[in-house]
Amino acid sequence: MEKVKLTIDIKEEQAKAQELIKKQGRRILVCASTGCIANGALDLIAEFKRLGADADVLTNDVKMSVIPTGCIGFCEQGCLVVVPDKKLTYVHVKKEDVAEIYESLKNDTVVERLLYVDPALNKKIVNNEEMNFYAKQTRTAMKNCGIINPESLDEAIAVGAYSALSKVLEINDQEYVIKEIEDSGLRGRGGGGFATGKKWRSVYRHQGGKSYVICNGDEGDPGAFMDRSVMEDDPNKLLEGMAIAAFAVGADEGYIYVRAEYPLAIKRLKMAIKAAEERNLLGKNIMGSNFSFHIHIKEGAGAFVCGESSALIASIEGERGMPRPKNIHMAECGLFKRPTLLNNVETFANVPLIILNGAKWFASMGTETSKGTKTFALTGEVNNTGLIEVPMNTTLRQIVFDLGGGIRNGKKFKAVQIGGPSGGCLTEQHLDMPMDYDQLTKVGAMVGSGGLVVMNEDTCIVEVARFFMNFTQHESCGKCTPCREGTKQMLAILERIVKGQGKMEDLDMLEELGHVIKVGSLCGLGKSAPNPVLSTLKYFRDEYIAHIKDKKCPAGVCTALKHYEIEADKCKGCTKCARNCPVGAIEGTIKEPHKINQDKCIKCGACKDNCPFKAIVTK
Amino acid sequence: MSASSLLDKNKLDEIIQSYDGEKSYLIAMLQKVQEIYKYLPEEAMTYIGSKVEGLSPATVFGVATFYAQFSLEPKGKYEIKVCDGTACHVRGSMPVLEAVKKKIQLQNGKMTTENGMFSLETVSCLGACSLAPAMVINGKIYPKMTPDAVEIVIDTILKENV
Repeated sequence: MEKVKLTIDIKEEQAKAQELIKKQGRRILVCASTGCIANGALDLIAEFKRLGADADVLTNDVKMSVIPTGCIGFCEQGCLVVVPDKKLTYVHVKKEDVAEIYESLKNDTVVERLLYVDPALNKKIVNNEEMNFYAKQTRTAMKNCGIINPESLDEAIAVGAYSALSKVLEINDQEYVIKEIEDSGLRGRGGGGFATGKKWRSVYRHQGGKSYVICNGDEGDPGAFMDRSVMEDDPNKLLEGMAIAAFAVGADEGYIYVRAEYPLAIKRLKMAIKAAEERNLLGKNIMGSNFSFHIHIKEGAGAFVCGESSALIASIEGERGMPRPKNIHMAECGLFKRPTLLNNVETFANVPLIILNGAKWFASMGTETSKGTKTFALTGEVNNTGLIEVPMNTTLRQIVFDLGGGIRNGKKFKAVQIGGPSGGCLTEQHLDMPMDYDQLTKVGAMVGSGGLVVMNEDTCIVEVARFFMNFTQHESCGKCTPCREGTKQMLAILERIVKGQGKMEDLDMLEELGHVIKVGSLCGLGKSAPNPVLSTLKYFRDEYIAHIKDKKCPAGVCTALKHYEIEADKCKGCTKCARNCPVGAIEGTIKEPHKINQDKCIKCGACKDNCPFKAIVTK
Repeated sequence: MSASSLLDKNKLDEIIQSYDGEKSYLIAMLQKVQEIYKYLPEEAMTYIGSKVEGLSPATVFGVATFYAQFSLEPKGKYEIKVCDGTACHVRGSMPVLEAVKKKIQLQNGKMTTENGMFSLETVSCLGACSLAPAMVINGKIYPKMTPDAVEIVIDTILKENV
């Protein structure tokens, strides 16, 4: 292949963009992602501007600019304000705090009261490099998230956007690109973990006519939001990754399928595409080469099954999002019956850095079979909820206790649900296992999209299994009978168990049904729907048995199994509970301990919530 | 007056035209229709189904009923969505949902209140897991909800509408 001389020198563009950034002076970054906006981030930005940031005046020789950024990741502590040149991070910032921060930046002082307090060390952190949450991460896919203004193309170019695409177009060799991706060991980040290079090569083999590249941004897994973050916070990285893929497989048209629940992601992607096309970084004859690539956005309409590749394609074509048998290969006959490459957001976001830094660099991170880094959405009962990216050899313990700062309110760790409704649960015995594709599959879980929901001793595992089954039952598209009917039956059984009406035979039936659904369904939704039930049955069978035999919910969650009692020594006979009880189940005379009539009690908890002496307990 | 005369055919034609009458954009067309009417009137679906080449009213109906985003009955002036994603669920989204139901006096099984003021639904994840449990009213996210906070939020809306 002959090298191509491009009309756009990306290095020159980058230098120009960096000059523009320098003119901003001291950058004050305010996280303006979905989470922080809900906490009032836009007010903070307006307040900084009102005080003089962004204006063309120098204060103490330091000009200050306020930059709305994408998600910084530390969502639990929002709103976040970061001052990179001073390595400062302020947490839980309110509009009223802005003036004090602004003044302190002029005078080079620190606002102590807004610093992050490390929960383990009980110490205020001045230098944000010492924050465990950041120090223990390795960011590649999310490298620029929270550092740049996602709505500015110049800011993206200043940190290297489109350099990898420029390199690829200059070298002008499809084989080289595919080889790099193969050698890097990158695997699909959407769930299955299929080798990305292998996928690219099979689409490349079918090139010739029209081909498509599709990005799956239908992040339907409840409890996961890393793809949203990449799309919202560094859209150009995704677009660049897709363009490189399109070049490699010989496609000239691409689609990004984004779920409708992510309006901000849709807006920012559309903006980024428009800006990049205007600068000739996307669109026709990119950077003066022969390669053209047009990207369209397709909005989903709320169907979890559309995360499945063939269902997603049906949905882009405007039809019901139902999957089709796997024997028809997408590489040959995909979207509009043409060869199609489909990857997840995070997979594409890894591509530019692999091209720039080389396959070896990427392969040096992670484990033998799972290379590179993985983003996880850390949520649930953990101190630091938020987005993290760590090498794939990081253990669950490091994630939950070092980055996550341990369990909230000093409670005890119980389990982690990984991979959402398709994944499984991991328990204490798995804490030292690396989060790698094959290890997780071995214990009946999966990386999935990377949702990590941490559960503590107060979480009822059976109820969680019921919750996931309710979700998949709802989202089953109905094409395959085992999935459509089987999930319904499994849900009915689980609902019986949490009401205390289960039988021991139910457990065997759950396992049998689970097996049938797994082997009898076409797509990933059905094949993985029984996983949460099967894995909790494996690790927490005792808890199921307690619900069935003892009619007790050990975590005290399941309403029907709750048993309210008044502790006579604490009850002062104030009659408040008797007045609050909607069914008149509490009897007693004033100034005497009261009693609950268990036959009448509907277990609503109104008495317990309102008792001024905390005399009512659940057993 | 029949519902069909309420429909603005020109508007529907405009929507179809904006996607070049291309059937693969059916979902986008339906989203536009829902934006205008807040639900999908049967006549609008029939109209698109007979107007766009390659579609039939039955196909349009099939697509409309497949996706959770589409509603075949009118929604309220205030669309309340309570997130019941995993993170919200473990942090207590069910008590929040119950509190909303009670507060807006939703009759059993209905999703919209009698006076057309509120409609309520659960969504499986808003991607705002760090704000769990989250609730959205007409696009605005209310973070870290509790049954008490529901009371305050709804009261504020009711006051604005006196």
